Amino acid sequence: MPDPWTTEAHRLFKKFNIKTVGYVPDAGLTDLINSCEADNDINAVVMTTEEEGIGLSAGAWLGGNKSAVLMQSSGVGNTVNAIASIIASCQFPLFMIVTMRGQFGESNPWQIPMGQAVAPVLKSLGVQVYEVQTDQEAAEAIEAGLKMAFVSNAAVAVLIGQKLIGAKSFIADVAEEVTHV
Amino acid sequence: MSDLKLNRGDVMKKIMGVRNNALVITGLGSPVWDLAASDHRPDNFYSWGGMGCAISMGLGCALAQTDKKVWVITGDGEALMGLGSLATVAAQRPTNLAIIVLDNEHYGETGMQRTHTSYGTDIAAIAAGAGIPKTMTVNDEKTLKELTTALSSSLLPMVAVVKVTASKPNLVLPSRDGVYIKNQFRQAVLGATEAMHSS
Repeated sequence: MPDPWTTEAHRLFKKFNIKTVGYVPDAGLTDLINSCEADNDINAVVMTTEEEGIGLSAGAWLGGNKSAVLMQSSGVGNTVNAIASIIASCQFPLFMIVTMRGQFGESNPWQIPMGQAVAPVLKSLGVQVYEVQTDQEAAEAIEAGLKMAFVSNAAVAVLIGQKLIGAKSFIADVAEEVTHV
Repeated sequence: MSDLKLNRGDVMKKIMGVRNNALVITGLGSPVWDLAASDHRPDNFYSWGGMGCAISMGLGCALAQTDKKVWVITGDGEALMGLGSLATVAAQRPTNLAIIVLDNEHYGETGMQRTHTSYGTDIAAIAAGAGIPKTMTVNDEKTLKELTTALSSSLLPMVAVVKVTASKPNLVLPSRDGVYIKNQFRQAVLGATEAMHSS
């Protein structure tokens, strides 16, 4: 069964007529990416870096489409100049869902510094940041964020807390066998 | 590196001659002045920042406006900063998107420092390697004619690298106001009501 918040997110994408979804994959986004890829009314766009998502979103809006951009917390660092120079300068709407790492029970120390920087970095760029920890909070924030982005031309990021998506057990989950040297 | 180079003003004039109702999004820098000089219209989106994002903006617009052609006109420095977006375009294969790189082998806005293309980097070859189905290098009148023919007829997506001289352009400046540029473009494409009250 898909994660409940992702089912809600997809339903809200339909409700708000989201036509383009750019993403760089993350484990916590898997169900939402799959449901968008399977939806014939949504262009699901796999990107090489999160910065492309900001251009993609602005370009979609120029052409009359609403979009969402999905990424892991470390990817937020790749979006900074594009958000400042394009989204803020032109007052483009922007709706992002960020699945958090480095926040709650993280087992990869390299994820912690960027994870901790996500909210203050986005806020410094004028992005509205909604941090959520439960399925219900996530659904409410996604609905409010979509409305605020596309009715009020705001930039909004919903940060899905690591408590909700679960701290990844690092390589142990996907490896047949783990040896430490 | 190429010895054969064209004048960017002449190139733009010929390309815009086959534009019809194509929507045009520029990268920052010289392509802005080039487009303002050759074909200033409301359905031009002039970028004054966001280096590396012109191609992904073009992709977003092309996926939204499938009945129209969308052209990205950018420079070599800007394209080099967003090379990954060529792979993203190739994965989507929008049949209405053309990417035209005016390659003068220099960073024109920052003091004419050499870009990687002056050392041998071939953006058309990178685009082909990324999976873009049609790529071309334009460096004389004959290949320029092939480009204008391709822009009016061929199936896209396409990446064309046009080798131009690193000359100082005449500055024809459009508005710097991003909100105005965005709204003008949307109004031209969507009509005033839809542009201001998105459904």
